[in-house]
Amino acid sequence: MLHLLWLIPAFPIASFIVLATLGRRMPRKLVPVFGVGSVGLSAIVALLVTGSFLSSPPPGNHFTQVLWTWIDVGGFRPEIAFYLDSLSLVMVLVVTFVGFLIHFYSAEFMIEDEGYSRFFAYMNLFVASMCTLLLGSNLLLLFLGWEGVGLCSYLLIGFWYRDPVNGLAARKAFIVTRVGDTAMTLGLLLLFDKLGTLDIQELMHRALTQWPMGSVLPVAAGLLLLGGAIGKSAQLPLQTWLPDAMAGPTPTSALIHAATMVTAGVYLIARTHVIYSLAPAAQLAVAIVGAATLILAGFSALTQSDIKRVLAYSTISQIGYMFLALGVGAWSAAIFHFMTHAFFKALLFLGAGVVIESLHHEHNIFKMGGLRKEMPVAFWTFLAAGCSLAGLPLITAGFYSKGLIIWDAWASTRGSTALWLAAVIGVLLTSLYTFRLIFLVFFGEMKTHVSKRPGFAMMMPCVVLGILSVIGGFVETPEFLGNIHSFGDFMHLALPPMTEGPVRGMSELGSEALVTLAFLTGLYFAYLFFIQKRELAESISRPAIAKALHRFWYTDWGMDWLYERLFVRPILWIARVDKNDFVDYIYAGIALITELFYHGVRRTENGRMRWYAAGIAAGSIIFLAIVLFL
Amino acid sequence: MFALGLTGLLVRRNVIFMLMSLEIMLNAAGLAFIVAGARWGQADGQIVFLFILSMAAAEVCVGLALVLQIYRRFKSLDADAVSEMRG
Amino acid sequence: MELAFYIAAIVAIISTVLAITRLNAVHALLYLIVSLLSVAVVFFVIGAPFIAALEVIIYAGAIMVLFVFVVMMLNLGKAAIDMEKQWQRGSMWVGPSILAAILIAEVAYLVAGPGAAVYGAAAIEPKQVGIVLFGPYLIGVELASMLLLGALVGAYHLGRRTPEKEKRESRNGIGTHASGTAPGGDLVRAGADRPSGSA
Repeated sequence: MLHLLWLIPAFPIASFIVLATLGRRMPRKLVPVFGVGSVGLSAIVALLVTGSFLSSPPPGNHFTQVLWTWIDVGGFRPEIAFYLDSLSLVMVLVVTFVGFLIHFYSAEFMIEDEGYSRFFAYMNLFVASMCTLLLGSNLLLLFLGWEGVGLCSYLLIGFWYRDPVNGLAARKAFIVTRVGDTAMTLGLLLLFDKLGTLDIQELMHRALTQWPMGSVLPVAAGLLLLGGAIGKSAQLPLQTWLPDAMAGPTPTSALIHAATMVTAGVYLIARTHVIYSLAPAAQLAVAIVGAATLILAGFSALTQSDIKRVLAYSTISQIGYMFLALGVGAWSAAIFHFMTHAFFKALLFLGAGVVIESLHHEHNIFKMGGLRKEMPVAFWTFLAAGCSLAGLPLITAGFYSKGLIIWDAWASTRGSTALWLAAVIGVLLTSLYTFRLIFLVFFGEMKTHVSKRPGFAMMMPCVVLGILSVIGGFVETPEFLGNIHSFGDFMHLALPPMTEGPVRGMSELGSEALVTLAFLTGLYFAYLFFIQKRELAESISRPAIAKALHRFWYTDWGMDWLYERLFVRPILWIARVDKNDFVDYIYAGIALITELFYHGVRRTENGRMRWYAAGIAAGSIIFLAIVLFL
Repeated sequence: MFALGLTGLLVRRNVIFMLMSLEIMLNAAGLAFIVAGARWGQADGQIVFLFILSMAAAEVCVGLALVLQIYRRFKSLDADAVSEMRG
Repeated sequence: MELAFYIAAIVAIISTVLAITRLNAVHALLYLIVSLLSVAVVFFVIGAPFIAALEVIIYAGAIMVLFVFVVMMLNLGKAAIDMEKQWQRGSMWVGPSILAAILIAEVAYLVAGPGAAVYGAAAIEPKQVGIVLFGPYLIGVELASMLLLGALVGAYHLGRRTPEKEKRESRNGIGTHASGTAPGGDLVRAGADRPSGSA
């Protein structure tokens, strides 16, 4: 069964080609057959591969399928080859499965849009690129997928291209991630130059043998790759594009900007974990980036009024958790959180899409309310996802995955108290903004009336994801709660386990208790401000300092403003100053000199006979002189 | 004399005078030939002068006819007025 | 003999200078004739009597006379002399003089080089010239005659006044080519179009 691996990206690519060329002329009913069907087939193949992998694991717990040699020049020989181990298997499974659900949802969500087939074409291309990224056995193929998902992100954010705002958001996304991509390219070049290969397993092996621990080369490589991951995963300082990317259709936000593309950075770092193990400084940078981001984004999410922007900042924050886990060496915890996050964040976006559609494209949560009674299914699924996001103890997947990360931040040899504390504060913030969102949208009095109810195609994925958000965590539980380690054990086939430092101060139980406390605190305050006494919220927000803070966090800690001043203005200034392109003067100068000569010579052709005679005389004189004296 | 003829050619604007200066120049060249022939004691110099002479005659004919045409056409004998081939 | 040579040479130069600086065309021509005659004397002194005679007969006699004819025909009046005065300014002589001076210097340098002339006093008889003409230079003679033929035809053609066109115009009344100007002297109207063909 494992040799069916190549079908996983192949189905969506084929569908993309069909839809891109024939989509316009296809009957509308046929489009989702291709669009959804291809991803469905990929999901089925992924399931088959998983079954095969689990039942009869291949030797060494990894499987490589080489399709053909891509480039062969001077010793540089990357191949189109797919590499399957537990890491890529889990991620591919999640991507195809969640992707399939989202495609199913968008079959109904996007049905009235005139770019129906275009949408599915782009989404399929995205899924194909993402699978290529995950399955690529060398960094070049990974980079191909990387660029592919970036392209699809651009295309899909600017899907409704007629509105220039969307185009701007798409460009912003592309350019900001480009900054990260540049760093990543440099990292790839560095790796290739120093280690001579881009094949990932070979690379890891050579890095282990050739680079001593803590030397500058792995640190440099690690930091550069981190730069790429930061761009793609919207972490500090390159997170500014994600909130604006909400201009795209909601299924896009669900798939790309919640569940899959933004986790590409996580995957990259997990894949090249050997480099980070060799470079503690780089790994610490990863952790710090994650911790800082999760807090910053948490504050920003508190102040947003657009339902999708809240979720966007929430995504940034949760990926910060994943980065934090990677930074302390808890590789499998990061992937675990990725999986649960994919479930509940996709569901949150899909639910938001349901709400937006039903309220006739209303995005502002302060204009929503009281939907609990009107749309029960939406409410319960959204609630399930929200609780999972915040980490409702014991019964949600998010609780287990987040708790694991927080514990690992304390216990790992590369963890620290500060990181743990940051993570716990993050839990409080997460709970606060999540329940704020839920209370504002679903409770209270209804401010906008429901105009449309979602159909089966939109609700079924929500229900499925809702169930997964609840039970998805039961594959990995702490010792005192069942001691299930199946997920972790599976991951440890590919990733090294976290190295635990000596026990200090607090046990896992204690950590989980404090996490629960943070969760409840956030829940309480959200309830207080947004259900019970709205006046309290008003009174807190009235003083000027509060208003200033609100504005500050609303604009994402002023990052857009900062970048505008730091980067955009100087470049525009340079462009304006150089408008006449002084380098051009060199070339224009050549033309100018020629013109001068022309004018000079032209004056000798004046038709005057005496002038010509003088010319003859002068010429003959010169001639004679040359003959005589030279 | 050649130099004098050249000077006259360049200075005068009237085409008649220019033709005259040309004659002077031709004459001077012929003089040089004759002297050379006498120096070496050969008849060749005189032969060449004969040819020069006949050529001068032909040139004067055609030149003067052209002068007539120029006069009729441009109503003046100014050499600079016939500079239509400018460019 | 040498004295005659020097005197004739000086006369030639002076008269040439005068010839190119006169305002009146006829004066200049007369001075030019004097110059040619003195050059003929130089020829005679050197020892080319045949050529001296030829110079007088053809150059001074025919060519200059032709010049005089044309000048008379053109009938330039006082207006022409005033124009000449206006055209000729002192500053105009500077450039050409410089050019001419350089030329003289070069030629002088050439002549003063090795192989300076020693006057052979032997005159070359016309008979000798004739023999050489009919001998090696026969083809030159033929060519010269063809040249003269060409000059003859060209001069005739160029000097014409296109009589057919005048007849045509007077028949049609309103001319097809020339705009309907009043019929005037040939000189005025015939110059309105270029001569057909070119010499």
